[in-house]
This record gives sequence, C-alpha cells and structure tokens, in this order.
Amino acid sequence: MTAPLTATGVLARLAVRRDRVRLTVWLLALAALVGSTASAIEGLYATPAAVAENAATRASSVVARAFTGPATGGNVGALAVAEALVFTCVLAALMNVLTVVRHTRQNEELGRAELIGSTAVGRHAGLVAALLMAGVADVLLAGACAVALLANGLPVAGSLAAGAAVGASGLAFAGITAVAAQVAEGARGAIGLASAALGLAYLLRAVGDATGDIGPDGMTVTATWPSWLSPIGWAQRLEPFGDERWWPLGLFALFTALVLGLAGWLNVHRDVGTGMIPVRRGRTRAARSLCTPFGLAWRLQRGMLLGWLVGVALFGLAFGGIGDQVDDLFGSEQSAELMRQLGGGGSLVDAYFAAMMGLMGVIVAGYTLQALLRLRTDETGGPTEAVLATGVSRTRWVVAHVLVALVGTVLVLLALGLGTGLAYGVVAGDLGDAVGDLLVTTLAQLAPTLVLAGFVVAVFGLVPRAAAALAWAAFGVCLVVGQFGALLELPRAVIDLSPFSHLPDLPAQSLTAGPLAALTGLSVLLLMVGLVGFRRRSLTLQ
Amino acid sequence: MTAINVEGLTKTFGDTVALDRLDLTVHTGEVHGFLGPNGVGKSTAIRVLLGLLRKDSGRAVLLGGDPWRDAVALHRRLAYVPGDVNLWPNLSGGEAIDLLGTLRGGLAENRRRELVDRFDLDPGKRMRTYSKGNRQKVALISAFASDVELYILDEPTSGLDPLMEAVFQDCVRELRDAGRTVLLSSHILAEVEKLCDRVSIIRSGRTVESGTLADLRHLTRTSISVETAAPLDGLAGIAGVHDLAVEGHRARFEVETAQLADVHRHLAGLGVRSLTSTPPTLEELFLRHYGDQSAGVR
Repeated sequence: MTAPLTATGVLARLAVRRDRVRLTVWLLALAALVGSTASAIEGLYATPAAVAENAATRASSVVARAFTGPATGGNVGALAVAEALVFTCVLAALMNVLTVVRHTRQNEELGRAELIGSTAVGRHAGLVAALLMAGVADVLLAGACAVALLANGLPVAGSLAAGAAVGASGLAFAGITAVAAQVAEGARGAIGLASAALGLAYLLRAVGDATGDIGPDGMTVTATWPSWLSPIGWAQRLEPFGDERWWPLGLFALFTALVLGLAGWLNVHRDVGTGMIPVRRGRTRAARSLCTPFGLAWRLQRGMLLGWLVGVALFGLAFGGIGDQVDDLFGSEQSAELMRQLGGGGSLVDAYFAAMMGLMGVIVAGYTLQALLRLRTDETGGPTEAVLATGVSRTRWVVAHVLVALVGTVLVLLALGLGTGLAYGVVAGDLGDAVGDLLVTTLAQLAPTLVLAGFVVAVFGLVPRAAAALAWAAFGVCLVVGQFGALLELPRAVIDLSPFSHLPDLPAQSLTAGPLAALTGLSVLLLMVGLVGFRRRSLTLQ
Repeated sequence: MTAINVEGLTKTFGDTVALDRLDLTVHTGEVHGFLGPNGVGKSTAIRVLLGLLRKDSGRAVLLGGDPWRDAVALHRRLAYVPGDVNLWPNLSGGEAIDLLGTLRGGLAENRRRELVDRFDLDPGKRMRTYSKGNRQKVALISAFASDVELYILDEPTSGLDPLMEAVFQDCVRELRDAGRTVLLSSHILAEVEKLCDRVSIIRSGRTVESGTLADLRHLTRTSISVETAAPLDGLAGIAGVHDLAVEGHRARFEVETAQLADVHRHLAGLGVRSLTSTPPTLEELFLRHYGDQSAGVR
C-alpha cells in the first residue's frame, strides 16, 4: 500500500491526450459565450444611464433574478455578469461532471481501469489524474473567460473575478463528481447524481436571488440564505465588476478540499467497478412487458425520466409560486416593458409565464435529446447489434426509442405545466384556469421539441459519427437564441433557426394551428429522412 | 442444401479492406468451423450475413434469402452470439436471456431452465457484475434455448473455463444431432477439430482453405521420429519428406500424408526399433498459412 499516487502523471497525460480536443472545444465555446455577451451588452446599452436603467430593471424583476441572477452594479461588466455568469458556471460545472466521470467510472465500466490498475499505478492515481486534468482545465477556463472580458475593454479586477468565479464553480463540481463517482452504481448513475447536485445548486441560488433584498442603489440585490448553500451562489458572491470580494474563493478551496478528502476516503473503501450503493439483485426472469423494443427502451430510460420529472416539477412549483407577485415586482414601467418584450405582450403575468415557459421548453428538449441519443451509444456499445440480429427491424427499433422519448417529453412537459399551474393557482386563488392555461402553454412546446427530435434522428441516420455533436450544437443554438436572441439583437434569420422562435408567446398570445402544423410536419419529414438513412447504412460497431 | 452461400464478398472500411472476395459455403445440418486469427474479417463477414453491415460487392445468401433485404424474416430463423457480449449493465442475466429470446421469436422453456443449470449461471445478477465468461453464458443460453435452424457463434468460448467449454461442446453436438446448422467462428484449433465437420480458413479477408477435416488433414504432414537397426539412408530421396534431420540411427522428419505409405515401406527394410508418429493437426496447416505473417509481425 505504498505510494498511492504512483504513475498519476502518466495517467494524467493519457487523460489529456484523450480529451485534448473535447476540452479545447469546451473552453473556447464558454469563453466565446462570455465574450460575445459582454460585447453585445456594450453595443446595446450605449449610455451609462441606459446601463443603470437595465441594472435596475433586472433587480426589480424576480424572474430575471431567479433565472440569471441580478447585476452587481451599474456598469457594462456588471450587466454581462448578470446575463452570463450563472449560465456559464452551470456549463463549467457540467464540463467537470462529464470529464471526471469519463476518466473514473466510465474507465471502470469499460474495463480499462482494471488493466491499468494491474500495472504499477497507485490506488488513487486514476482519480487524482482525472481531477488534476479537470483542475488544469478549470484554471485555463478561468483565464480564458477573463481574457474574453478583458478583450472587451472591461476592468482587470472584475474580469479576473468573473473568470475565477467560473473556474471555481467548475472545480467545486469536479469535487462533487469525485464523490458521486464513488457512491453511484455506475457511470450513468454518477452523472445523474452529480447533475442532480448541480440542479439543486442552481435552484438554491435561484430561490436565494429571487427572495433577496434590493439594495439602496436599486441595482444590486442581497441574496437570502439558500444562496449560501450553493457553490454557484458563492461564485456570484465574488461580485465581479461590483465590490469584488475575493474571500469566497477561500470557501471554494475549503469545500473542494473537504469533498476531495471524502472522495479519497470512499475510494479506498470500495472495489473497482462497484459503488458504495450496493447493486441490488435483479429478477431472474424478464417481465412480459420488457420483451418488446418499446418495453426495453422504456426500462433503460425510466430512471433518467424520473429525475427530469422531479426536477422540472420542483422548478414549476417554485416559479409558479411567485406568479402572483409579478405585478408588484414589475412595478416600474421599464421592467414591465422588458417583460412584455420577452413574453409577447398581454398582461404582465401572462408575459412572465410566456418568457419562463419559452426557456423551459428548450431545456426540456435537452431531455428529448438525451433520450434519443441512447440510440447512438447503444449502437457503438454493443446492445443494438444483439437486438438487430433478432426479429426486430431497424424501423421498429428506432420508432421504439422515438416513442419513449416522445412519451417522456410529454410527461416532463405535463409535470412542468402541472407544477407551475398548481402553485400559481393556489397563490392566485384560481386553480382551474391556472392549471388549464399553463398546461396548454407547456404542451405547445412539444411541437418545436419534435423538430429538434426529428433533427436528431435525421443526423443519426445520415451522419452517425457526428450525430451527438450536431444534436447538442442544435440544442445550443436553440438555447442561445431563446435566452439571448432578443438581447443580442441577432438577425431574424438566425433567430428563425430555432424552431422554438416560431411558437406564439403563450399564454400572452393566442394559439394558432398554422405554426404547430408546420412544425409537426417538418419533424415528421426529418424523422422519415433519418429512418430511411438508418435503414440504408451499415451499423458503426467497434 | 446450403445454409450459407457467400461468393466474392468484399467489404471495405475507408482504406481498410476487411473482406477481399471471400467465399464461404455452409451446408445445412453441418457444424462449420470459420477459422482465422483475430482481425482477419471473421466478425465482419458474420455481420454482413446478419445484415448489420452493407456489403460492397459479391453475393451472400443466407437460408435462401438476402441477408440485407430479408433481415428480419431471416433473423427469426437464426440465433447469434456476438464476440463481445456487451448488453445492458442494469438488466439481470435472466432478463437479458428472456429478452433476446423473445425478440427472436420465443424460447423453449424447459431448454432454458436446463441450460441455466448446465452453464451454472446465476440469472439474478446484473449484467454489469458478470465476468466476461458469464456474459458469454448469457448470450449462449439465450441462443441455445431458441429453437431455430441456424446458430451463428462468433468466438463464443474465449472467456469460458474448461468445464464450461465442455458444456458448450456438448450443446453444439446436440444441435448437430438435431440436424441444426452451426457456423462457429474461432481461432481455437482444438475446439474446431473436436466439433466441426467442415472448416474454412480465412486470411486477410479471403478464404485460403476449405473442406472437411479429412480433406484438410490430407494437406497436412505427419511428424515422425524413428530409430532403426540399420543406418538411416535414402530418406532424403523419397518425395514428400521434409525437414529431415538424421543422426546415425535416429531421424526426425515430416512427411506429407499422401507419401506416408512409401516412407513406411522404406523404414520397414531398415528394421524399426522405435517409431513415434504425431498425427497431423490443423495447427500445422494454420501455421503454414500464417507462420510467415506472425514471423513478420514479431
């Protein structure tokens, strides 16, 4: 048991060799996101008065506070932070979750760790190598974000603080993932567990910001205690371009040291390939319902679906619950105007829900993508070969997965609509109307989601090796257009790329059949193209 | 009747030629050995036959149908065990057996129960916790419990222990006795010699030898080690004698099976004191086809 870190350097270099392209893309994309937000805000708000007005609007908007956090002051950098910091921290955390699991539990699941473990490497070498690479990536990410802000002529201290906030959030989640990787049953479970922690961190800070007190300057907000339970909340406490406090970095250091210590301790107390949660025994015979392509796909995906249902329902309850305060919260004429711009006019409450559901619709499409991309991982991983060598046709196999993704998406949207509607109905004292309206609003998101789903099947059928990258790129476009489209004043042609842009702003505007029919038609077309492509091509097996 | 008929089958992946005008004929009711070292295209050929990969050119007929066009109908009449059994980590072995069997068109209940017993599998464990050998057992049980015409087994015993290998061999013999057809891809010569009626040897995507074991043995040489009363002269002059090493009254050499009788006659005249003859093995044939290749690699 000597030298538990033997050969860490070799394994870290191996990890870097495997991930050099992947991580470079992550770093560049995140830095570009931060830089382009700053430059867009600089272009949009020309005068200090306009900047201050926007900061005040954000502070007074519960929705803006909850989704993205308040501004840290009345300057361009502070607005850029308000627009992009929380979002970037979440993405940085996600980068760390995926990276750490990839180089720990996924290595174990694929049998690599066993082979490596049999050579002269220390017990902790694999875990430490993964964390080392993630840590270096986080430092580089912090630098890249700071440079992107500096390049826009923003102050040095604020740029460094913003970069540090992003990097530190990433590192904290590398630590959380290291623990999740020891506890979970397998790689997928570890990603699920760490992602749940990320969702919770986002939600805690959202509640903290939404219920915070507006400062005397009318632009800044002091978050309440839930924010202090969240690493993303700590990242905001660095207050880039505001007061610039550096001590939250100490909090990060302490927290990361603690979770890493815990991960190390757990790592000694478990066996390769298993987690702390013992693997339950399974049934010795298959249920009849499992033995169809649909039953199988459902069984494989129900765990992930359950996670989404719970997360989205909680989210709906939280944001529906503050719906009755919207009129008070958007007191000023500017903030009301902003809300109407985002949410498509009508009453303030309607505009609020339209804006929120518009964003959540895109996020729920993330579930749809995840569910459909299972087709791809199973194709290269082995099970598809075994199934397609039985009496199951390729069409039936794909349709089963599409159906599961579809049913799942409807359920997630229902959970979102019900959660939001019930909470708003209770606080507004009008349960029936609230639930009905919000269910229609959320379910309408199904049409553009279907287009995205059709796109995934099409690339799966036509260009399988690039399918996952293209699918997530399309998701990214929809998210950026939905979140920043109006703000960045993107050209109409770019905004129109997102199917979500073609939906009326429900419930503020009324539902028309035209766009729904067009979107559905397009999705069916894409689906057919994908099916034909898949039926005509070879499987890509290792 | 032929179960599988492949002529001039070609398949490339980018610049790599995986199958280069491959020929393969498997008669109905025989156990056919598909022999070759790793990476020569055995799995690729099988995947083309299963309609999982598209062929570039050539002809492939499986159970009288087109493996690509009639894939689903044909798959109901066959069972396949992949070389790498990677199924669903969170399903149990029992569930995977039932699932694959049902998707194929149904399992014989008694047979399933008996096979789980014979292969000594714990069907309640999750696939992720199985060893390679146990994952192979899952695929094998599911295949053998399916009542189909053709069994395509891609290196099915690479993770099995000798005890389980014996069970596997019994199962294949039972299939043959029941008149089923088996295509057994392997690089384990002893296994092929024990089980197969006919063998095709493949190298670099091409078939280099094909025939019954007796045919192939005919092409092989017998190793002889002999000690005689009279000095050993004249051996070198006999056709078909190779690698001769004479040391006074002792000699070691190899002789082509066709010339065995001539050698015997010659040795008899010299007064044989002791004689060891090692029967021809597929291994020699194999090494003759691949020996230069592996020599080049090492």
